[in-house]
Amino acid sequence: MLHTLAEPLLAVRGLTRRFGSLVAVSEVSLDLLAGECHAVIGPNGAGKSTLMGMIAGEIVPDAGTVLLGGEDIGRLSVAARARRGVGRTFQITELCSEFSVRQNVLLAVQTRFASPFHFLRRADRLSRLAAHVDAALVAAGLIDRAEHPAAILSHGEQRQLELAVVLACRPRVLLLDEPAAGLGLSETEELANRLAALKGRIAMLLVEHDMDTVFRLADRITVLAEGRVIASGSAEDIRADRAVREAYLGEMVDA
Amino acid sequence: MAEAAAPAPRVRPDGILALGGVCLLAVAPPVLEALQADYLLPTLTRMLAYGLAAAALDLVLGYGGLVSFGHSAFLGTGAYVAAALLHHANRGTPVVAWPFVVSGTSEALIILPAAAAVAGILAILIGAISLRTRGVHFIMITLAFAQMVYFLVLAVPEYGGTDGLMLPGPWRVGGFPVQSDAPRYWFAFVLVLLFMLVAQRAIQARYGLALRGARQNERRLLALGYPVFAIRLLAFTLSGACTGVAGALLADVAMFVSPDLLSWQRSGELIIMVVLGGQGTLIGPLIGAFVLLALEEELSAVTEHWMLVLGPILLLCVLLFRRGIWGMVSRAAYSG
Ligand SMILES: Nc1ncnc2c1ncn2[C@@H]1O[C@H](COP(=O)(O)OP(=O)(O)O)[C@@H](O)[C@H]1O
Ligand SMILES: [Mg+2]
Repeated sequence: MLHTLAEPLLAVRGLTRRFGSLVAVSEVSLDLLAGECHAVIGPNGAGKSTLMGMIAGEIVPDAGTVLLGGEDIGRLSVAARARRGVGRTFQITELCSEFSVRQNVLLAVQTRFASPFHFLRRADRLSRLAAHVDAALVAAGLIDRAEHPAAILSHGEQRQLELAVVLACRPRVLLLDEPAAGLGLSETEELANRLAALKGRIAMLLVEHDMDTVFRLADRITVLAEGRVIASGSAEDIRADRAVREAYLGEMVDA
Repeated sequence: MAEAAAPAPRVRPDGILALGGVCLLAVAPPVLEALQADYLLPTLTRMLAYGLAAAALDLVLGYGGLVSFGHSAFLGTGAYVAAALLHHANRGTPVVAWPFVVSGTSEALIILPAAAAVAGILAILIGAISLRTRGVHFIMITLAFAQMVYFLVLAVPEYGGTDGLMLPGPWRVGGFPVQSDAPRYWFAFVLVLLFMLVAQRAIQARYGLALRGARQNERRLLALGYPVFAIRLLAFTLSGACTGVAGALLADVAMFVSPDLLSWQRSGELIIMVVLGGQGTLIGPLIGAFVLLALEEELSAVTEHWMLVLGPILLLCVLLFRRGIWGMVSRAAYSG
């Protein structure tokens, strides 16, 4: 296959996680090439979020590991993986809700420049950071909302802000857990446009239920069911795969 | 609740209020003297010292979201460090004889850093363990550590056990003995002001942004790569060190230290000061300290059962002023 020729940016190797007797994720392996969008689909409870959690370092796997740029990051903490370039949006938006939109982005931007252990100069007055914050807010279409607390934003705006926050860290790998969840039609379309613009620049691992978005963005698709990979291949292959259609796609189209 | 500032004018009304308060405190000694009420000055100094401790606790509680129920350990440690250094200086005996000799001193410019250092090291140790827990567990484990320190100090007969220890005399600042109440007040005032200015800066700097962010959403901060544990441990340590300084000030103004300073009641009072004054405002806890100590003083003069009266008053205050006294005042200043 083609992707074995290039060194994967992110390599997941045999990740397994049990919750009691339930095997939530079972020996899942997959590759993510630089600039590629790799979608992970599967019905609810298939283990997609658990897989994302293990890649990000939040959930400790029972077996298997994760390589980033060839380095084994499987034993690193969440923060250490993030500092190496793993960015993540959550299935349920995670923001600092009392902070303003601007402060949320500032918090992300400042991670790129130095350690947080600076005490004397006001963070919001650092012009070097402010320029990046403004640019990120404009790009996210949130500049008009910059001074509002994140908590009062609409659901769609909060999702948009979370993506902007993660991108402001300039991650090498972007883990997106159902970014379109709860979005309306036009918002989903807008999100897909934004993600499409990122393709080729940032490697994305995309968990998503919206099949239009998936087929529009994904170069490759891996299908999970009950914690196992039941199919993996190019978007065309998966679309054509009968077993997948029966097990999953048909069910989604009807839903 | 929201930390996001509304598009603010450059001079904010609550800033003017705070400045007014500072001016008032600055002229307190001559004013009290003119009113022939200078017997109140030591009480004010005591309030400043407690205010410093409460504001230091606010770094952890208000900004860090970590309810430490063990800050009396740092308050008492600072007080005992000051007392021990003065005590041994007076006797001409070393504080520590082995493995290296530490002799006593009556110089405040050595005593205060020493109090901060010892309380700070204690805070690192307590924090390193406590900060691995959350919520109620954090409250209980900090309380447990403070109780341990309490009994540890009780067990040192040299420092008076339950009876406490009289200080042999006042300390010197830069070689000058601080004999009267006014200079002692000024000294505390300057320290509190300095703390307020530096802490205010720090919470708006990159560090403060991270500390406050971690309170709101630890998961997000970790996912952004922030070393949340180290950020909190530093806040806890600095808070403990500054509370130690407050303890040393208390020892000097009272000329006496007792294990009472290490008791869990003191930890509770500090929390009440923070919540009453308005957590996450720095200045609120200072106000909370003044109000709580004034209430205690007044009520205890009226009735023996002052605690029974104080309880409901505090409860009412907290229920009426959800955001504390300063939260209400600064909000009224905005809309008014
Ligand atoms: N912390 C947990 N404890 C117990 N079971 C869990 C936990 N997290 C997930 N599970 C279970 O693991 C399975 C996979 O969950 P999840 O990864 O969230 O699925 P998906 O994201 O694909 O919907 C589900 O059956 C879920 O109930
Ligand atoms: Mg999920």
